[in-house]
Amino acid sequence: MAKVVIKDSPYNLKKAKILDIKPLTEKEKLFKLVFEDKTWLDFEPGQFIMVSLMGIGEIPISVCSSPLNRHYFEICVRAVGKVTNSLHKLNGGDIIGVRGPYGNGFPIKMIEGHDLLIIAGGLGIAPLRSLILYSIDNRRDFGEIHILFGCKTPGELLFEEEIEEWSKRLDIHFACTVDRADPDWKGNVGLITSLIPGVDLDPTNTYAAVVGPPVMYKFVIKELLAKGLPVDQILLSFERHMKCGMGKCGRCQIQNLYCCKDGPVFTFKEIMDMAEAL
Amino acid sequence: MKTEHYRILEKSKITDFLDKLNTISKVAAPVYKGFNNYAFQTIKSAEEVSLKYIPTVIPPKKYFLPTNESLLEFSLGNELKVEPTVEYENLILFGVHTCDIAGIRCLNMVLSDKPKDTAYLIRKKHITIIGLECNDYCDEFASCAFVGAHLPTTGYDLMFTELEDYFIVHIHSSKGSDIIEKTGLFKPAQTISMEELKALREKKSAIFNNEIPTERRYLPDLFDRSFNASIWKELEQKCLSCGNCTAVCPTCYCFDIKENVDLSLKVGERYRVWFSCQLDPFAKVAGGIDFRRERSARQRHRFYRKFRYHIDRYGMVFCTGCGRCSRTCMAGIKLKEVLTSLIRESEAKIWRKWL
Repeated sequence: MAKVVIKDSPYNLKKAKILDIKPLTEKEKLFKLVFEDKTWLDFEPGQFIMVSLMGIGEIPISVCSSPLNRHYFEICVRAVGKVTNSLHKLNGGDIIGVRGPYGNGFPIKMIEGHDLLIIAGGLGIAPLRSLILYSIDNRRDFGEIHILFGCKTPGELLFEEEIEEWSKRLDIHFACTVDRADPDWKGNVGLITSLIPGVDLDPTNTYAAVVGPPVMYKFVIKELLAKGLPVDQILLSFERHMKCGMGKCGRCQIQNLYCCKDGPVFTFKEIMDMAEAL
Repeated sequence: MKTEHYRILEKSKITDFLDKLNTISKVAAPVYKGFNNYAFQTIKSAEEVSLKYIPTVIPPKKYFLPTNESLLEFSLGNELKVEPTVEYENLILFGVHTCDIAGIRCLNMVLSDKPKDTAYLIRKKHITIIGLECNDYCDEFASCAFVGAHLPTTGYDLMFTELEDYFIVHIHSSKGSDIIEKTGLFKPAQTISMEELKALREKKSAIFNNEIPTERRYLPDLFDRSFNASIWKELEQKCLSCGNCTAVCPTCYCFDIKENVDLSLKVGERYRVWFSCQLDPFAKVAGGIDFRRERSARQRHRFYRKFRYHIDRYGMVFCTGCGRCSRTCMAGIKLKEVLTSLIRESEAKIWRKWL
């Protein structure tokens, strides 16, 4: 057997340095990353990267910073498994491996010129934060922007400082809810679906971007359809355990679609008749 | 069929040929392993080779996409040091049936699709394929005529066809003609042998009849109507979810990526390993949600990957009719029976619509 090094292997990694780690909640941390070779991660909101810790594993994580930020990129990581728990133990200055970006993000060019309704459930805010920051950076290219954010308890609220900033902005309609309140909570209580009827929108001119846990989609979509949103203007991002990110390993397949290559962002129209999708 | 692309090898010289082949490079060929099982393995001498064999337990895909393959080598520590590697060797595959050649063509299609799988393409470049045509069915499990894999088309360097008392060999590449030259055992083909080859193919067309009561071109339509067919529920009762069917399938290529750390804790490798949509963790995500929890959904997924999804994506049927999945299934799930059941059920539905 001859063995050769193949630098152009699609599995090759780029070195990314952790500039800063910011704890957001008990379980989530925000990692600020920069490529060691000073190149820029050229991605679209909604795309994901493969993050590697050598000897531990590789996982798909969506980028949550603005694609227009040329200084660094960010990922928001919840400690749930082997790799994510190990990531949480790292410190600023540590090096991790990154490849990507992969997949199709939110179709920004299609959304521009329309109103945007963003619905985030829990950690679903991570990929949507990229879209929110992009739309704020290009505010004049969008119509009305509504952001609805829900999570289980006030303690699980991600990006608290930014949320406060968004809720103060005059050019954004922001609403937030928790499933279960605590004594200090002054906001809405209830499922995220309870916020949708109150949104004042022009359904034919609105794109809805929805990301959350699988159970959330069915109920949110039902509300959006009741609002009169067309099926091809409801955008969803799916979670699957991609291993290769290149449409080969088969792990993320939803019928004839590969989540990693054809998604992770799909229109509801693309998947509405598909079993195994939601 | 141009006569100058064909050569003749006396049957008595086949052992000489294989032994000479073995001096050119490593040779892998079908070897009898007992209990009507065959395996592709590297040979030391010509005597080991079985010229008459039913499809090997594992198809020759194992040489193209090894069960375990290192993707990256890394050193542990603060500095990220990774090196993507590929291991390859010059190898001649002898005696590959046309169904397995069709399987390799399917793998080529997927792994050369962008982004290209560099390691696969390098390995493939170093493998020479010498085919061996089947003049009759291997056994009752085969459905190669249905998918058109019973005749040699492309995907080989040399193709051996056994005639009455000699082999007629089709040269399909310069790699193939190099072997012809280096071994020096072949004679040019004459018009008479070309006629005998034609006669054999005609005889074959009488033997190989479409094994499934429909045509290949109706597959997309059939499967579009069969997502909720009752057979999937029946398979739920039968299937043991062992993953044998996908392991032995020449066109199954799904894999998992894992890490291996050396005992020194200084270096390690990231490798990929065959995986199966039939197994439990395959479609699971963090938090434990499984998007194909039912065995019926997993079996359906397997069939749709063979007969529907990849027709849209790659324009090919990803079944080669080799029959391995039916041969190996412990629960007796048979591909021909499943397809036939789908056809019967969808026909009944169509008739009901008209009546």
